[in-house]
Amino acid sequence: MSPVDTVARAAAEADRLQPFAELGLTRDEYEKIVATLGRRPTGAELALYSVMWSEHCSYKSSKVHLRQFAAKAPPSGALLAGIGHNAGVVDIGQGYAVTFKIESHNHPSYVEPHQGAATGVGGIVRDILAMGARPVAVMDALRFGPADAPDTGRVLPGVVGGISFYANCLGLPNIGGELDFDSSYAGNPLVNALCAGVMRHGDLQVAAASGPGNTVILFGSATGPDGVGGASVLASATFGEQASDHTASAKRPSVQVGDPFTEKLLVECCLELFAGGLAVGIQDLGAAGVACATTELAAAGTGGMLVRLDAVPLRDPTLGPPEILMSESQERMMAVVEPGHVDEFLAVCAKWDVRAAVIGEVTETGRLVMTWHGETVVDIPPASAADGPVYHRPLARPAGQDALAADDPAALPRPADGAGLRADLLALLGSPGLADKSWVTDQYDRYVRGDTVLAMPENAGLLRVDEATGLGIALATDGNGRYCRLDPYLGTQLALSEAYRNVAATGARPLAVTNCLNFGSPEDPAVMWQFAEAVRGLADGCAALGVPVTGGNVSFYNQTGTVAIHPTPVVGVLGVHDDVRRRVGLGFGGTPADLVLLGRTEPELGGSAWAHVCHGHLGGRPPVPDLDAERRLAALLAAAAADGLLSAAHDLSDGGLAVALAESCLRGGTGCTVRLPGDPFTALFSESAARAVVAVRPGAEAAFGRLAEAHGVPAAAIGGTGGDSLTVDGCFAIPLAELAAVHAGPLPALFGPAWSDPVLSDPVSSDPVSSD
Amino acid sequence: MRIGVVTFPGSLDDRDAARAVRAAGAEPVALWHGDRDLRGVDAVILPGGFSYGDYLRCGAIARFAPVMGELVPAARAGLPVLGICNGFQILCEAHLLPGALTRNAGLTFITRDLRLRVENARTAWTRRYSDGQQIVVPLKSGEGAYAADPGTLADLEASGRIVIRYADNPNGSAVAIAGVCNAEGNVVGLMPHPEHAVDPLTGPSSDGLGFFTSVVAAVAA
Repeated sequence: MSPVDTVARAAAEADRLQPFAELGLTRDEYEKIVATLGRRPTGAELALYSVMWSEHCSYKSSKVHLRQFAAKAPPSGALLAGIGHNAGVVDIGQGYAVTFKIESHNHPSYVEPHQGAATGVGGIVRDILAMGARPVAVMDALRFGPADAPDTGRVLPGVVGGISFYANCLGLPNIGGELDFDSSYAGNPLVNALCAGVMRHGDLQVAAASGPGNTVILFGSATGPDGVGGASVLASATFGEQASDHTASAKRPSVQVGDPFTEKLLVECCLELFAGGLAVGIQDLGAAGVACATTELAAAGTGGMLVRLDAVPLRDPTLGPPEILMSESQERMMAVVEPGHVDEFLAVCAKWDVRAAVIGEVTETGRLVMTWHGETVVDIPPASAADGPVYHRPLARPAGQDALAADDPAALPRPADGAGLRADLLALLGSPGLADKSWVTDQYDRYVRGDTVLAMPENAGLLRVDEATGLGIALATDGNGRYCRLDPYLGTQLALSEAYRNVAATGARPLAVTNCLNFGSPEDPAVMWQFAEAVRGLADGCAALGVPVTGGNVSFYNQTGTVAIHPTPVVGVLGVHDDVRRRVGLGFGGTPADLVLLGRTEPELGGSAWAHVCHGHLGGRPPVPDLDAERRLAALLAAAAADGLLSAAHDLSDGGLAVALAESCLRGGTGCTVRLPGDPFTALFSESAARAVVAVRPGAEAAFGRLAEAHGVPAAAIGGTGGDSLTVDGCFAIPLAELAAVHAGPLPALFGPAWSDPVLSDPVSSDPVSSD
Repeated sequence: MRIGVVTFPGSLDDRDAARAVRAAGAEPVALWHGDRDLRGVDAVILPGGFSYGDYLRCGAIARFAPVMGELVPAARAGLPVLGICNGFQILCEAHLLPGALTRNAGLTFITRDLRLRVENARTAWTRRYSDGQQIVVPLKSGEGAYAADPGTLADLEASGRIVIRYADNPNGSAVAIAGVCNAEGNVVGLMPHPEHAVDPLTGPSSDGLGFFTSVVAAVAA
């Protein structure tokens, strides 16, 4: 772009057409820009609008649906900041607030798994930081193609390694998440990263450029050519198409490269700046970099900002205004600072070795103006770029939806006897999606910061927030693409229900919801129908459960060619735990305890793990969510934990009671014996919602029974813990050693065995380490 | 009793080390990498983390930090110093301890609760344990494989300077070494994280507390 395209030049040749299509803009969108400006846009302006109006940044296809989250939100006294901020903020009591959000990094993680997943962590951490909070934990919900597909062997280890590399070096415990496999994600892995942060109520920061005369400072890494066009080209183009690539020349990577050390310094630097009251506005730089940060700060503030683009520190001196605006270089933040605080601000940055540059100031012109060596290259009303277009995309229920629903798994052959039930349970436990995930989670640091009370493979992650009082937070994410494929409305409510139940199982009270909505192309009416149904389901579900959506992220274009992924909304639920010392884990152990099955079991196998693993079948209807029952179950679990009545609790979901019992046995290294009412197959493998199995502390049986009755939760005594096998009376017994071998084997066999010492014969006895 | 905890750029487990110091009944004192000042502390902990992003080589840049200019002579003069994980790597780079930490044999980061055996319960940091005692402490590192030449290993073995061994070698460390000390026993480095095993609520055990109560006893003696 030489010589530089200025506003003066654009005004002089107002009608010359710009290459809008190559930047992902439609003719209508281009004409709207021309009408707004009264002339053609400059190259820099076109770059800015193209990234701001990309699907990724503008939510132009999803906005009309997402409004339901606010419109249907249940009354909640806990919400300090809701949708529209970098992340929602929830009051957890005792003067503490928690902010949390989940975001996708699907496309970059397919192109370059290690850096794609790493920068996904970095991006969500900066969102949390920008709210004024100290990031305290991360979680990752991961979905891949078939576990044994060669491409999964490329993508999965890279993604896990990237998350490990970035979050471990940043010093954030990874406390949960998901791992699943389905052929629908081949070519479109889902890498959704969640971060949570903690602050005091008064620490909330705003993302707005207010106060004319205030200084705009860009700090963190220098700006390079990485990710140029990432937002508009990568996030909005379908793989399998030939992406037009005028802006990102061949030598420039579309995927950004992360530097967690710089991010760590940036975190500590920002927290010191906030503590000193040195910033009046703060914004992280993510997708669309400087373009997005300046536009959003200006649009949310007094409206005007002057930016000198030539003052942006560069890693590559050949970059011009359009590339600087679009660059997605990582580890950068932008602050609005009162002139009297600038020196102090820069001194804090210097202390942490963070590069900082004054690049402009807040004005009262109502215009976002950018100059390049004295010449004006951008002059726009910021709201026009920040608000973006709004589309009502056509919706159509997919043609095959009724046939899919009619394909009832009740017709599938079931195991005829105890040996058959035993074989099916082992098949489930040894399937990659339900197998032991230590191969993945051992690569994550779950201990750093010293406040992790529960982490994977527990029901939910549980963190201590206050050492004196024991106040804490629980977090869980859940999603089930198979349920959502069968019925996106119900499937999304099931994801919500499961995350809600997982949080409750630790003894926490669910408070708020975040979501990452992973779908195919919004230009496909069938996908758009799935999306609309999912959003409607989530909004209705949150209203029924009394937990508001505080924020989230939409990821469209998850498809290869014309084949979309299963619709996969991933729902994150945050809960507050009044005293983490009374947490309930899922492992059986200690004194033998009675086992109680909570909730009602119906023959519900549509979309179940059993149908998927044992028959490769997907059809019928998913289980029917019962949100009222979920609410009562959650209240019971929290009350029982507070009273110290439970020694273990496990929610029932994928694989039903059978898998839950096996996981609890393996986690605690203690067996159990159960007697099942009715048809053992349904009892073991049905995935009816609003259920959990609990181990009741000896002596507390009567108290727990009364509590369950008071909450209106069906409770059935089904046996007890103890021994060294999982025994179903009259059906089968499986020694724990056999369960453990089947469960632990698959992931190392697929992705590489753990290293074992070939030489040293260990003189130390090797009894297994007991877990708490 | 005042025990310093150094924060380098990229230190991560500094607040956990300080918490463990408090749990042992001593007062943690924050020391800054850029200050040539140990603030009169009775002992020093170099905590875990990724000082300087582990760029160049783990610990290779941190050893040149101004605070190390004070720490190295003080350690040689008998000040108790404990290096945990990245702190162990820094002590090796600073030549206060022999050997080096290299990439895990399996090439991946490992977080795991491990059984360790205390081989030398006479150092400033292990005297509250007994020789041969087994403890459970988490390991979390990507470059934790201890390496040294055969002569050094034989020397360490003969002189009782192998302080901690893995019961099941997870990362390819030479002769399953998890931690070593200097000849005087005042400087100890180990890869596992005792500061993450001081409370069963947040760790696998409270077995790691002994490192911190040991130094309190050693300084008081």
